[in-house]
Amino acid sequence: MDLEFSAAEEDFRAGARTWLRAHVPDEPLPSLETAEGFAAHRSWERELYEYGWSVVSWPRAYGGRGATLTEWLIFEEEYYAAGAPGRVSQNGINLLAPTLFAHGTEEQRARILPPTAAGTTVWAQAWSEPEAGSDLAALRSRAERTERDGGGWLLSGHKTWSSRAAFADRAFGLFRTDPEQERHRGLSYLMFPLDAPGVTVRPIARLDGRPAFAEILLDRVFVPDEDVIGEPGQGWRAAMSTAGNERGLALRSPGRFTAAAERLRHLWRERADPGDTAVAQRVADAWIGARAYQLAGYAAASGEAEDEAAPPFSASMNKIFWSELDIDLHETGLDLLGPGTAEIAEGLAESGWLDGWTFALAGPIYAGTNEIQRDIVAERLLGLPRGR
Amino acid sequence: MRFVPDREHRGYAATVRRLLADAGPHEAARAWAAGDQRPGRALWRSLADTGLPALAVPEEQGGLGWYPPELASAFVETGRAGVPGPLVETVALAAGLHPSTPWPARLLTGEHLATVTDPATATDRASAAGPGAETRPGVGYAVDAHVADLTFVLVAGGLTTAAAVGTPLRSVDPGRHLVRCVPGEAVSADPRRIRALATLLTAAQLLGAGEALLEGSVAYAGQRRQFGRPVGSFQAVKHQLASVAVALKFARPLLYGGALAVRGDAAADPRDLPAAKAACSRAAHLAARTALQVHGALGYTDEYDLTLLLRKARALQTAWGTLAACRAAVLTGGPLPG
Repeated sequence: MDLEFSAAEEDFRAGARTWLRAHVPDEPLPSLETAEGFAAHRSWERELYEYGWSVVSWPRAYGGRGATLTEWLIFEEEYYAAGAPGRVSQNGINLLAPTLFAHGTEEQRARILPPTAAGTTVWAQAWSEPEAGSDLAALRSRAERTERDGGGWLLSGHKTWSSRAAFADRAFGLFRTDPEQERHRGLSYLMFPLDAPGVTVRPIARLDGRPAFAEILLDRVFVPDEDVIGEPGQGWRAAMSTAGNERGLALRSPGRFTAAAERLRHLWRERADPGDTAVAQRVADAWIGARAYQLAGYAAASGEAEDEAAPPFSASMNKIFWSELDIDLHETGLDLLGPGTAEIAEGLAESGWLDGWTFALAGPIYAGTNEIQRDIVAERLLGLPRGR
Repeated sequence: MRFVPDREHRGYAATVRRLLADAGPHEAARAWAAGDQRPGRALWRSLADTGLPALAVPEEQGGLGWYPPELASAFVETGRAGVPGPLVETVALAAGLHPSTPWPARLLTGEHLATVTDPATATDRASAAGPGAETRPGVGYAVDAHVADLTFVLVAGGLTTAAAVGTPLRSVDPGRHLVRCVPGEAVSADPRRIRALATLLTAAQLLGAGEALLEGSVAYAGQRRQFGRPVGSFQAVKHQLASVAVALKFARPLLYGGALAVRGDAAADPRDLPAAKAACSRAAHLAARTALQVHGALGYTDEYDLTLLLRKARALQTAWGTLAACRAAVLTGGPLPG
């Protein structure tokens, strides 16, 4: 085993760094959770796509550059170290696309992936419902069969906590297509436009007052058969492959945390009271945690190269680890900023820490709460008896 | 980059694991604690027969090469089994004593066990030695110096023989005694290599002990019934064990990172070694606390074998790099704690 990048990997890193240095905006873009900021982030996605940096690990046919998983990790390290904007397209790129690669048709991939990579189509997720959160299989939104317009489905129901939905173009999620079946049977994975007749999107303000998510009310919204992913009734299986991505490396790449941990170390150097050993300890632990996640990523990439697929519980372990690290890291940053600066949400360069903290707070809740993840680890990895 | 153990590496770790599982390491540890080192020494000789200490010594000096990651994996297994004796110190000395000195050959064969003071214990403020205790620089505790064949003292910038040794003092780990040592004659050695390897292998033992504590706790929680069901079916218990599994999972890549930093790989960070010791210590600590809680009163007894590891984990957490020293090294970019 080794910790050496190959010449090709070093070249890849140099290429990414050079491009990012020339293209990353000097000033941070306006918040992603505003109409103006959303548009600015969409343009940034377009720029990434035009130069082939939007989806480096995808095949060239869909706008990628066929990079290895290790190269993708390198790109992410460079991306976040460069202070590049958050990815408005992440739902589509990191969650929908892997499902299409695994369960979609060639027609769907060719039609959907390039505009997703280019930021032309920005996706929202439509999983949770008022009565189906951690217990996702309790969902009630339904899709009724129709033969109109060549055949398809009519969606009705109520989705909520849908990230990006306030400004996104389309959404993907699970619907009950077989009313005779219960729980995780009889569900289908469907995609639909957010501006279709019968769709009402009601933005919800998150803690900082910005509409980062929304409710989606659906009243007989038509979805053609071509927008069902996988076999009707087999949606749960397809959704769980997406869940693995949402919980794992893809959504929260190690580069995000290593960059933040380095920024935290600099902040500590500049601002810390040298006598405050308690905060020094937290800074060290944040660095150690980020490095552990980075090295775990290299290990996963190396294992995948040797055809050793990650077991299903490993995504759950990743999610517990990064979501808790993310909060610790940002809370330490706020404590270092100190009175005044730590609580000011606008007009300061340091306000990024508060944004990061707000963002991090949701981590242990979405994509399956950390309680659900711990159940999965306890039952599937450790083999403890089922039950709560 | 291939940041995963290759087939040969995994095969070697599996061999060590099987050998130790078959050898009754807990009996050897109990005997060692009672003053009979024969089973423990026999265990170490059989480990040496697999080439374990030779993985720390280049071929031209009679070893098999310089293999820190493989050594780390082997020491995860000695930690899992709770093998007694100053194995970490013996292998660190085999790696760091100059080949021109007379000692390394017998360390490679397993014939001799050697020990060395942890320099952080030189500033120990314990009153064990009584009023007016020795505070000379370089004086410190060496584990099991009373039964080791060779004892050395790490002093500022170098290594010496031990001129005098004190009374052995019982450790929280019944398989360890600490012995105060006074420096003697200077010895040709690479003290940084000794310290780096001792830190790495102690971290490895902590990870192994933590994995064994988790495994034992899971087995117990699956079998112990209260309120008509296995206690391991209660979410309050499951979640604690899952947290241990997560801590251990993310300590292992750091352990390998630390090993490759010791080896000198280009993309390893010098901070990986203190980070590894800190992460393995914290994970083992969580595993030990959770094991105690899951086992209830049984986990608080001297007799139950798993509690040997619970106590070893406590002893190793402060050996060869305390959490504070490791965190300080991470912040300053230093490759060694303390």
